[in-house]
Amino acid sequence: MGREARNPVVGIARVALFSMLLSWAAIGPAAAQLRIEINRGVSEAVPIAVVPFRYDGRGQTPLDVAELIGGDLERSGRFAPMDRNDMISRPGSAREVDFSDWRLLKTDYVIIGSVVEGGQDRYTLRFQVFDVFRGTQVLSYQIPASAEQMRAAAHRASDMIFEKLTGVPGAFSTRIAYVSVTNGADDEQYRLFVADADGANPQVVAESDQPIMSPGWSPDGRRLAYVSFEGGHSAVYVQELATGRRQQVSARPGINGAPSFSPDGRWLAIVLSGVDGNLDIHLINPATGQTRRLTRNPAIDTEPVWSPDGKQIYFTSDRSGGPQIYRLAADGSGGPSRVTFEGRYNARPRLTPDGENLVLVHNDRGNYRIALVDLERSTTQVLSDGRQDESPSIAPNGTMIIFATRRAGRGMLAAVSTDGRVSQTIASVAGDVREPVWSPFPAD
Amino acid sequence: MQSKLSTLLIICLILAGCAKGGTQPDADAADTAGVAAEGDRSRQAGLDTGGLDGGSEYLEPGMVAGDSALIRETVIYFDFDTARIRPEFSEILAAHARRLSGNPRLSVRLEGHADERGSREYNIGLGERRAQAVRQVLMLQGVGAAQITTVSYGEERPAVRGSDEVAWERNRRVELAYTE
Repeated sequence: MGREARNPVVGIARVALFSMLLSWAAIGPAAAQLRIEINRGVSEAVPIAVVPFRYDGRGQTPLDVAELIGGDLERSGRFAPMDRNDMISRPGSAREVDFSDWRLLKTDYVIIGSVVEGGQDRYTLRFQVFDVFRGTQVLSYQIPASAEQMRAAAHRASDMIFEKLTGVPGAFSTRIAYVSVTNGADDEQYRLFVADADGANPQVVAESDQPIMSPGWSPDGRRLAYVSFEGGHSAVYVQELATGRRQQVSARPGINGAPSFSPDGRWLAIVLSGVDGNLDIHLINPATGQTRRLTRNPAIDTEPVWSPDGKQIYFTSDRSGGPQIYRLAADGSGGPSRVTFEGRYNARPRLTPDGENLVLVHNDRGNYRIALVDLERSTTQVLSDGRQDESPSIAPNGTMIIFATRRAGRGMLAAVSTDGRVSQTIASVAGDVREPVWSPFPAD
Repeated sequence: MQSKLSTLLIICLILAGCAKGGTQPDADAADTAGVAAEGDRSRQAGLDTGGLDGGSEYLEPGMVAGDSALIRETVIYFDFDTARIRPEFSEILAAHARRLSGNPRLSVRLEGHADERGSREYNIGLGERRAQAVRQVLMLQGVGAAQITTVSYGEERPAVRGSDEVAWERNRRVELAYTE
């Protein structure tokens, strides 16, 4: 991003400030803090200014809202917020906005706002967005919130601003689930976390000294399916996030793995192997216990995922020699057909929300990288540049892909825009993080 | 007199060996004096001297001379992207097979693993394929299916941390874990 490139120190300072805010806001072990660093931006990112919001009330403002909104918009890769120290003026209301100032700074949009205290723990978050070139207001909104709700309100503001300026719904009010592994004296501790999409508020959902893997969100965002090896063998669980109550969905002999919710939330596609160790795709209805077997092949058939219309299952199979992606009808009719043809290793498919592309793990000249496959045209575009990139998950608005990578010998998360132009690394303060999964849009 | 003593000693040792059953930890196997089980092709221990000499190999039912050293090897390694059992491990697996088929009360858990490269659930499949390969070898040599369970950890429990050939080599493995 143009401005970031000119002021790298300021950029780092902003990320450091961001991290401090994250540690204030977090509940849960500090060891699981996520820290986001932007390492590759887009020169065409739209220059904007998010002016520090005015505070009208007792004591301190409950949140530096401009910092949060600027961070959200910057992380999307589409916007380059300017540093507040470079601002000539800091308008707090529409009257105070001098468009010639902002034209001088070559800013396309100015976002201003205020937090006004109305009573005991009652605030109003107000914001306005101005088109600098046209000299007009394009958005004006207010949201009531308590101190505790202020982060959520600010993310909602980011969503609205993003949608107004790009036409695409924002994904800033979503969450991510991920697995963290820390090393004790002699053994590992595995934790399944859910955090805000910006890494704040990590909460432990499950914890074990045996591996936890393959988290998957229900379409209403209320449940997480995952695999746990507690008890010494793999089993699939579905856990209700609000209560922590969970159901053991499958603990059959052999492998129980790779749970994936259907778009209507009623079925889970899972992988079972039985005693003979032959991995195949099955469907299971956790409410009724009903099962349906979808593949019957001595190859490894695994990593099932549903198409957005719920009619197809895409999965990894090595029936042709090495792992490739196949598709079959969820009702079990017909046989699987292969959909990836480029490269000798394509695995772990996920669908974009429009159902037209796959994001997957692709072996690119010896390196395991995230790639986008256009299903219609059968083209493969490599999006990441690591050596051990894996577990891609797509934001519900289709703009960003979060995935796991390794840097400096540690497991970290990273994000790349679907067009490959923007990239970020998301590191944990301690331990390894892996298997990030982006939640659906909040159901409200 | 001396032959009566020898016979007595032999009987005592046979009884001691039977009492311990099949759960003798591998580390102790070589330290106990030898026991001749019926139908076994083991050599006889040298017991006709008064004091204990260095001792000799402890062989459980079904095992042959040299097996106690072989069964101390409980990790089988694999080449990249394959579940083929390398020839250098056949002797080791044969010894384990003899031990297991000689004692149907013994069970073994075959834990399959893969190196870290590639996707996690696919690697669970690779680890399972390796565990199944070892399972097949054992069953072909007389081990009962009921004595074997397999589990795959994929890349989730590496033996060696690192992202280089050395680490990857040490992580592509099946571990044999005996249970009662």
